Amino acid sequence: MLEADNLECVRGERRLFAGLGFRLEAGELLYLQGKNGAGKTSLLRMLIGLLPPEAGEIRWRGKSIRTLADEFRADLCYLGHLNAIKEELTPLENLLAAARLADEALSEDEALDALEQVGLAGREDLACKYLSQGQKRRVALARLVKEKRPLWILDEPFVALDVAAVDWLAGIISGHLQRGGLAVMTTHQLVNIPAGKVRELRIA
Amino acid sequence: MKDRFNLYRYASPATFYPLAGRMIPYFAALSVLFGLAGLYLGMLVAPTDFQQGEGYRIIFIHVPASWMSMFIYLVMAFWAAIGLAFNTRLSGMMAQALAPTGALMAFLSLWTGALWGKPMWGAWWVWDARLTSELILLFLYIGFMALTAAIDDPKRADKAGGLLLLVGVVNVPIIYFSVKWWNTLHQGSSVNLTKSSMAQTMLWGMLLMALCFWMYSIAVALLRARTIMLERERHTDWVKAELAGVER
Amino acid sequence: MLKIVTAVIGRDLKLAMRRQADIVSALFFFIIVVSLFPLGVGPEPDLLRKLAPGVLWVAALLATMLSLPRLFADDHRDGTLEQLALAPHPLGLVVTGKVIAHWLVSGLPLALIAPVLGIQFDLSADALLVLTGAILLGTPALSGIGAIGAALTLGLRGGGVLLSLLVLPLYIPVLIFGAGAVDATVTGLGGEGHLSLLAALTFASLGFAPWASAAALKIALE
Repeated sequence: MLEADNLECVRGERRLFAGLGFRLEAGELLYLQGKNGAGKTSLLRMLIGLLPPEAGEIRWRGKSIRTLADEFRADLCYLGHLNAIKEELTPLENLLAAARLADEALSEDEALDALEQVGLAGREDLACKYLSQGQKRRVALARLVKEKRPLWILDEPFVALDVAAVDWLAGIISGHLQRGGLAVMTTHQLVNIPAGKVRELRIA
Repeated sequence: MKDRFNLYRYASPATFYPLAGRMIPYFAALSVLFGLAGLYLGMLVAPTDFQQGEGYRIIFIHVPASWMSMFIYLVMAFWAAIGLAFNTRLSGMMAQALAPTGALMAFLSLWTGALWGKPMWGAWWVWDARLTSELILLFLYIGFMALTAAIDDPKRADKAGGLLLLVGVVNVPIIYFSVKWWNTLHQGSSVNLTKSSMAQTMLWGMLLMALCFWMYSIAVALLRARTIMLERERHTDWVKAELAGVER
Repeated sequence: MLKIVTAVIGRDLKLAMRRQADIVSALFFFIIVVSLFPLGVGPEPDLLRKLAPGVLWVAALLATMLSLPRLFADDHRDGTLEQLALAPHPLGLVVTGKVIAHWLVSGLPLALIAPVLGIQFDLSADALLVLTGAILLGTPALSGIGAIGAALTLGLRGGGVLLSLLVLPLYIPVLIFGAGAVDATVTGLGGEGHLSLLAALTFASLGFAPWASAAALKIALE
């Protein structure tokens, strides 16, 4: 489904990696590992199509993501290390706005349900600037609850979460894999994802 | 496939660097030759203008500088288009190498325009359509140089600068015609530097000076491009070999 | 296609409403700059009438410039710009939405307050009408062209000053035709020609600028 072929990444004057490739099928999870500065985030940005690789190609369902463009992005859900939430909007408004921009159907009830699952019940009408860092992260993660798109690309999703939240997120990701979804993520802590086949890729 | 390969070969800094180094002396020599001939024709042979006296002779600098300032902007935009379309490293370097020369030409054109304006119009600066457009062109050059200087990553600097050049080159005609229109509406001074009947020798002088400026621009742009190449590729093997050769 | 544009406009307007101070300060900047001129050049009505079109337009350019750096910077800082770039639509449409929203909160208020400021300069009713129309027609082009500069300077040191260096020269045609329209009305020549050229500039820049800005944003996001 998702294939990377002979990727090369150059940032500034440094070649971060070259000849990197992998293949990921439905229901599989790819853990990207490597030291700080090894190029994990750069690889993720290549996979979402924001960073053109120096060499090599990325294919989704057998076609290059560059030619697929909108079609590829319609299948893609990306969660970066930034939360991508607006401080002035409430958690509910943030979720609804994000869904509208991504062309996804999300009703208010579904959004409220997602916020309840991440433990933000009662906070849905409070502007996000009044929330704590951890709570803001949960608003960002709440997007994943109702997310139906098949390819998830997550940059350090477990950072700044408490133990209960880590378990909850692991459950969400395994649910996604069970439905036949794919996920690629970077992480420092290895979290046990109960379902799906887990692959590891170490960037040296 | 073979053509493509060749194109990329010359676009690669490692091949371009020595090639440019060999070409610079020729362009520099041509520039001096054309310059001497042009100045001789312009300053000594060309007849004194019956209206403007000797002061008109500044057009032998002014007009070629104006031509070059516009032409260099077009060349930069051309490199920018190539760079954005084919992602060649050389294009961005050439655009950046040309910019200071283009700005210099625009500045020269303004300066000589002012020097000419004082005896002709009685003022250093007149809001003449050409001078105003030249001033705006200078702003465009400065904007390009400021943008590329502000971006640390050379690849991003090349692409952003290239995009700015393309936006600029689309806008230049619009700006030029709007300024011209503005000028006629406000009945500004429409005395023209070049319109007065031109003797054959004057035309030749101007052409020779234009060739001189052209060769000069190529020579300094290549020189600057070589410096940019060394700086950007200082970690590559060919630059290390090159520098080791210099030290020996 | 239209859905994404309206979605972006809706989001940006909602955000602007939660941060009204920004809109109001740009508007007051416009008012103050315009009001400074009579203090600088003296109160003779003839002189003021002559200066009015240029002064109002230059102030409008500067007021627009003031709000441009934030056009993409806030979205860039909190990561929403990435999400916008990953929306399953061409980025140019997203930028079109942002440009329209920017005009609604920056250009439109200027056009609405301009006639009041025109009275300070003793402009006739005709001239005031043309002034409002010209600012209404011309400011979308300012937002559009400005978006290119905002995208090119995104995340750079001293981005605000650099932005004005890049964008102000490109604003010159709008300034010439905008101020020219009012000027032509004041002198009795009729400003229709200027206004139609201004409209042409706006249409051209709204068609072209969002795509150039989108290309610049992609460069900035790499």
